[in-house]
Amino acid sequence: MGAAERYRPFVGQKSSPVKNEVEKGAIRKFADAIGDRNPLYRDEDYAKTTRYGKIIAPPTFSRTFDFGKVPNFELPAAGLIHANQEFEYFRPIYAGDVVYCTNQLVDAFEKTGKLGTMTFLVFEQVVADEAGTPYLKQRSTIIYRGE
Amino acid sequence: MSTVKYEVSQRLGPLEKPPITKTQLVMYSGASGDFNPIHTVEEFAQQAGLGGVIAHGMLTMAFVGQMLTDILGVDGDLHKFGVRFAGMVRPGDVITCEGEVKEVREENGRQIVTADIWAATQKQEKVVVGEAVFSVPAA
Repeated sequence: MGAAERYRPFVGQKSSPVKNEVEKGAIRKFADAIGDRNPLYRDEDYAKTTRYGKIIAPPTFSRTFDFGKVPNFELPAAGLIHANQEFEYFRPIYAGDVVYCTNQLVDAFEKTGKLGTMTFLVFEQVVADEAGTPYLKQRSTIIYRGE
Repeated sequence: MSTVKYEVSQRLGPLEKPPITKTQLVMYSGASGDFNPIHTVEEFAQQAGLGGVIAHGMLTMAFVGQMLTDILGVDGDLHKFGVRFAGMVRPGDVITCEGEVKEVREENGRQIVTADIWAATQKQEKVVVGEAVFSVPAA
């Protein structure tokens, strides 16, 4: 049985929402790590002068959140390749926001090529507020080589 | 901020980042929570057959995100942003992010711009390739 077959029963399954608190220090450290000096990520006084009014998170910051795990779904720790990443944004995430993150396996399939058989796993992750209104959606494609 | 009028074929960027350092990979691991040792532990990356540590794909994607938010300023909104990771990035590599406008339409007083985006190393190898959709006030 190929790995995709093993994972296919999990398609459509979702993690329970995980509460994440958006800390301004975490935003600043993330911006420092990527070398982005944008004051919107670190300077509250500056942010107040803009239409945002508060410190916001950079576009890829949501990857730092805990999205939880699809129940009983186990991935090998090694040999994973991050192949693809997409974000769709609905509104900004502010420092101080409390967000609820979910993770869903939306596809599992195999492709055989020069390098042998590869398993593609597609996850859709949603960042929403407590009422369920989304901030953004992200989609990740992970390649797993091996059985 | 002055409003730019976007046109098809218009180039975006470039944003040239300083050379990636191993310290930066440690910082990004800590800031992102991605502690996969292929990014920080030389012996582990060697044993994994990678020939040494490689940068997180998401670090390069974040650089492209910075190019986009630099363009957008405080009046623009990023709507969609997606990439394929096409190559490995190593400490010492200099990443340059660029883009090219594919489509512009106007809606409710805003320009909705669709653009190809990419990041390349100093060897002109594209390591991240994708598309972004953003809006800015109409010029």
